[in-house]
Amino acid sequence: MTGIDLQRSFIDLFSGLGIDPEVARVMWMPLPMLAVVTIATVGALAATWLERKISAAAQQRIGPEYAGPFGLAIPAADVVKLLIKQTVVPANADPLLFVLGPVIVFISVFLSFLVIPFGENLVISNVATGIFLVIAISSIAPIGLLMSGYSSNNKYSLLGGLRAAAQSISYEIPLALAALAVAMMSNGLSTVEIVEQQADLGILSWNVWRQPIGFIIFIIAALAECERIPFDLPEAEEELVAGYQTEYSGVNFMLFYGASYANLFLSALLVAILYLGGWELPFPIDKVAELLSIPETNPIWQVVAAFLGATVILLKAFAFIFLAILLRWTVPRVRIDQLLDLGWKFLLPIGLANLLLTAALKLAFPGAFGG
Amino acid sequence: MKLSQGVELVSLLVLTAMVVAAAMGVVLSPSIVYAAFLLGLVFLGIAGMYLLLNADFVAAAQVLIYVGAVNVLILFAIMLVNRRKVYREVKLGAVRQLVAIAVCVSLFALLLYTNLNTVWLLTPEVTALPSGIVTLGQHFFNEYLLPFELASVLLLVALIGAIILARREFVPDRGEENLELVERPKELVAVKEE
Repeated sequence: MTGIDLQRSFIDLFSGLGIDPEVARVMWMPLPMLAVVTIATVGALAATWLERKISAAAQQRIGPEYAGPFGLAIPAADVVKLLIKQTVVPANADPLLFVLGPVIVFISVFLSFLVIPFGENLVISNVATGIFLVIAISSIAPIGLLMSGYSSNNKYSLLGGLRAAAQSISYEIPLALAALAVAMMSNGLSTVEIVEQQADLGILSWNVWRQPIGFIIFIIAALAECERIPFDLPEAEEELVAGYQTEYSGVNFMLFYGASYANLFLSALLVAILYLGGWELPFPIDKVAELLSIPETNPIWQVVAAFLGATVILLKAFAFIFLAILLRWTVPRVRIDQLLDLGWKFLLPIGLANLLLTAALKLAFPGAFGG
Repeated sequence: MKLSQGVELVSLLVLTAMVVAAAMGVVLSPSIVYAAFLLGLVFLGIAGMYLLLNADFVAAAQVLIYVGAVNVLILFAIMLVNRRKVYREVKLGAVRQLVAIAVCVSLFALLLYTNLNTVWLLTPEVTALPSGIVTLGQHFFNEYLLPFELASVLLLVALIGAIILARREFVPDRGEENLELVERPKELVAVKEE
């Protein structure tokens, strides 16, 4: 195992202070979870700020300016505003399901960050089912959407919830097929393995060159899973007021809002991990270390490498978020029949063909396609 | 390892209680929507059980297929045909309930008997086994290839059947239907007259 290992260092430090290693392990456990939840929250907040700034630029406005430098305090102001608003539960709504719906959506998004690596050892849990687990957990979210749509006792909410569930079921299949082609090349489902398989030649060995079709399928399906324009049918303002969120206010609405941006951040990180080499720099950093004759075990070098890796994966993720926001403010919405046609009649066959092609290439060129 | 054993025991107890309570809720809840949501909770609890048994891939597949697909489809069906009907009293209701209780108790007794009379291979200590994906794949494509392929044929049959049912020309026209969505009547808030 190369690279930084914070857990071992932490346990060594505390056993040095005379604490039982077992106890030190227990003390370590909540720390990475807290760190990742913080990263996910900050990432989502940053995405809302970017949304405002980029939409303003796309419409030749300035956007938020006075709240902090460049309006950077606007997300915090949003959160405070939503926290102090009254949480209304409409009359004749089902109060239990009404509150439970947004909670399920929120939890299912944040749970998926469990297997997102920010570095070789900067991951809560490197489970072998990695990417499959993310797809499985994110399939729980439609239940929360159906729940809130049903319990609101509102036509628009119910239609929005049904649309959201139909959409996320339809687009989960092409998403999973695209991810499956990548898993086939890296001989495993673990997110760390998938990144390490792209590490040899820097930018040249990233999966985006070997899986161009899969990359496009994954981007389209990820946008549809995040319910963003051009696929924001479940909350189409002109048709359904705000879809399943129509009756929500205050903290419950904040959970939906936060979950949607955290989901965007999650999808961006997944794109970076599956296709853009994860935390790997555009040039192989190990070769640089060899060239400068720095040993791999040098602690300062390890910290620098881990820091560079985490920065690079965030940069890649925010590049995808930039693309998603730009698409939102430039592209019109598709109709519901076009949306389902695109998913079932175009992306699904293309995804299957891509899988077949990948398998054939893997057999023909085992060196280049992870034989 | 003391810690992992304790965690396993507590998780097992919590999961068991959750699954049993949710399953009872599915059966006993008068509201069909609540029953469907509780069914999702049962599936999640079973996935947790698989995790405790070191079958992480099976657990993820359980969540993806049963919670993410089957349960969502059940909910879909319930919400699209959500008609409020007054159910008629069933004839001989008490006798039916007695028969149901007898069947359930005898099934439970059978399971309990099997459970108590089987020698279980119990490993005393908790060990982190490697993931089962590779083993599972090898079994699927060696000794269990035929059942695996037959299951896919079964799915194909179901798929074709669904398409046939969904095609409009095979469905007889039933005239005008009320397609309005059901919404509970909203009570108007009394406006104070000025």
